[in-house]
Amino acid sequence: MAENFKKSPLSAQVDLSKFAPATDEEKRQQDVMGESTTFFKDGMRRLRKNPLAMGAIVVLILIILIIIFAPMIVPYGYAEIVKGASNLGPFQYSSSEQASIAAGESVFPHIFGTDSLGRDYFIRVVYGTRVSLCVGLFASLMVLIIGMVYGSIAGYLGGMVDMIMMRIVDIIYSLPDMLIIILLSVVLNETLGGVIKGTILAKLGTNMISLFIVYGLLYWVSMARLIRGQILTIKQNEYVLAAQCIGTSTGRIISRHILPNCLSVIIITTALQIPSAIFTESYLSFLGLGVSAPMPSLGSLANDARSGLQSYPLKLIFPAVTICLIVLALNLLGDGLRDAFDPKLQR
Amino acid sequence: MGKYIVKRVLLAILTIFVISLITFFAMNAIPGGPFNSEKATSEATKAALEARYNLDKPVIVQYGLYMKNLLQGDLGVSLKTGRNISDIIGESFPISAKLGLAAACLAIVLGLVLGSIAALMRNRVPDRLIVFFTTLVTAMPSFVLATLLLYVFCMKLGWVPVWSAGNNNIILPVISLACYPMAYITRLTKTSMLDALSQDYIRTARAKGVPQIKVIFKHGLRNALIPVITYVGPMIASILTGSMVVESIFTIGGLGSKFVTGITNRDYTLIMATTIFLAVIMVIANLITDIVYKLVDPRIKLE
Repeated sequence: MAENFKKSPLSAQVDLSKFAPATDEEKRQQDVMGESTTFFKDGMRRLRKNPLAMGAIVVLILIILIIIFAPMIVPYGYAEIVKGASNLGPFQYSSSEQASIAAGESVFPHIFGTDSLGRDYFIRVVYGTRVSLCVGLFASLMVLIIGMVYGSIAGYLGGMVDMIMMRIVDIIYSLPDMLIIILLSVVLNETLGGVIKGTILAKLGTNMISLFIVYGLLYWVSMARLIRGQILTIKQNEYVLAAQCIGTSTGRIISRHILPNCLSVIIITTALQIPSAIFTESYLSFLGLGVSAPMPSLGSLANDARSGLQSYPLKLIFPAVTICLIVLALNLLGDGLRDAFDPKLQR
Repeated sequence: MGKYIVKRVLLAILTIFVISLITFFAMNAIPGGPFNSEKATSEATKAALEARYNLDKPVIVQYGLYMKNLLQGDLGVSLKTGRNISDIIGESFPISAKLGLAAACLAIVLGLVLGSIAALMRNRVPDRLIVFFTTLVTAMPSFVLATLLLYVFCMKLGWVPVWSAGNNNIILPVISLACYPMAYITRLTKTSMLDALSQDYIRTARAKGVPQIKVIFKHGLRNALIPVITYVGPMIASILTGSMVVESIFTIGGLGSKFVTGITNRDYTLIMATTIFLAVIMVIANLITDIVYKLVDPRIKLE
């Protein structure tokens, strides 16, 4: 201690002889090794390391490729009846088709066989998958949009508006959704028929439209709650306060601090919403409230297969396995996305 | 606490009221009355029938009358069969309740056991198997599972006879109803158990020399139970809706299959009565769940 006092008060009081210039190797340690990464790059990197999620993506891409290209390759339509070819097994041919094969013509095989009316089952499953996936996707998008707008309005405005908006959400949330969906599908089915007659919507079928309406009316509430909650908590975080203190603009706070933190939750919830929508659609179709015949959906195919279960179990297996595969893949992908994109789960 | 319960009860009553409104006006929006049948009914008969069921009065008055009767426990008569709906519900609900309760018990017990095993043997073979199994089950709609079970065990193996009046073996329907909630409870238990086991009080208990089994049951499982309790309400709702398809598949004459028949027959009064009845059960289940949840864990802050 004593020798310190001997030093000039103006000196920096650092003994320079104790220091040596850094070697090149030491300098290199200070270099930034990796590229700076964005939120998405970081998440995708983690997602790519997850074998289950990648497997799910591969399965989904395969299914999507099949449902896009199969109708172009397979020469049968989903409502097209092949005469005398009812209830064929996979890769079997009707007698007339066998005759034309014997005559040297090539007949496209019935990969999954045919149903009781003689319709090619493979193409029906393909169209059923199309319907189910589309319903899942659009229903989730609708839920996302309504929920996001409603939730962010309630979250941003706060106060009385928030209170009233959230009480409405509370009531809708406590409604037994499945019961109301069944009820509204029955009613909308009956009432919509006249309204949409002659428009493009008629092609979709009243069942599909009522399904979307019901989804839009009921399922957005959990999304709205989630987003409002996210915005409320994120708004109160210290880093937002810190950003405000150093004079960050509101736009930058929202885009850099609030949105990325919300985004992960939004992506994950939407990804997990799709399988739940597919579940609901197949459930309604199974009850006979889904798409209208002859348009197939995976649920209605499974329901139709029930009557001939004893003799033709494969008719149930094909749509059932497809539903399970899609839902499984989407669930795994959703879980993977949650692990990859939810920063709070990183340990 | 009292304030919270009052608030929750009021919300529940409001919900039931909203449900009854939706149901009633939805049913009235359907074009074509119940007496527009294929057979030509004379105008006089139709008018008499409509007057008998109050269908000639304004909708609001009809709703008022319906609610008045409802509060007195009179659910009206089925428009198709002319039977008292209270009787229909009275005879079909016990069947559904028996199924549902058995499924709920099975789901909770197995879910807790499997979830605890998975948490205690984390990343070992049993855990992997349980995770694989639950992932698979959650991807399978109840109607697929029910039909597969029916096919394999009734038709192919013949282990279980098909459900009939003389033989009411409920094992297959119960399994098909219980699988999904069981998988869900297993996942919940696993996460909350892992969370509970990493807490300081577990280390303290172990350091004190508390036997392992007591640590797991008294300190681990008891705390891990709390998130599971929140799922009981949704589970009852899921079992009730699931029972509709499951009962239809196994041709059990429970409330679920009555509801489905009501939908196909456009039996308005039956649909409305069943919806309100099931909705009340679900709302009450959620109410009890919420209150119990706050009661069991004093750490949860009351609003």
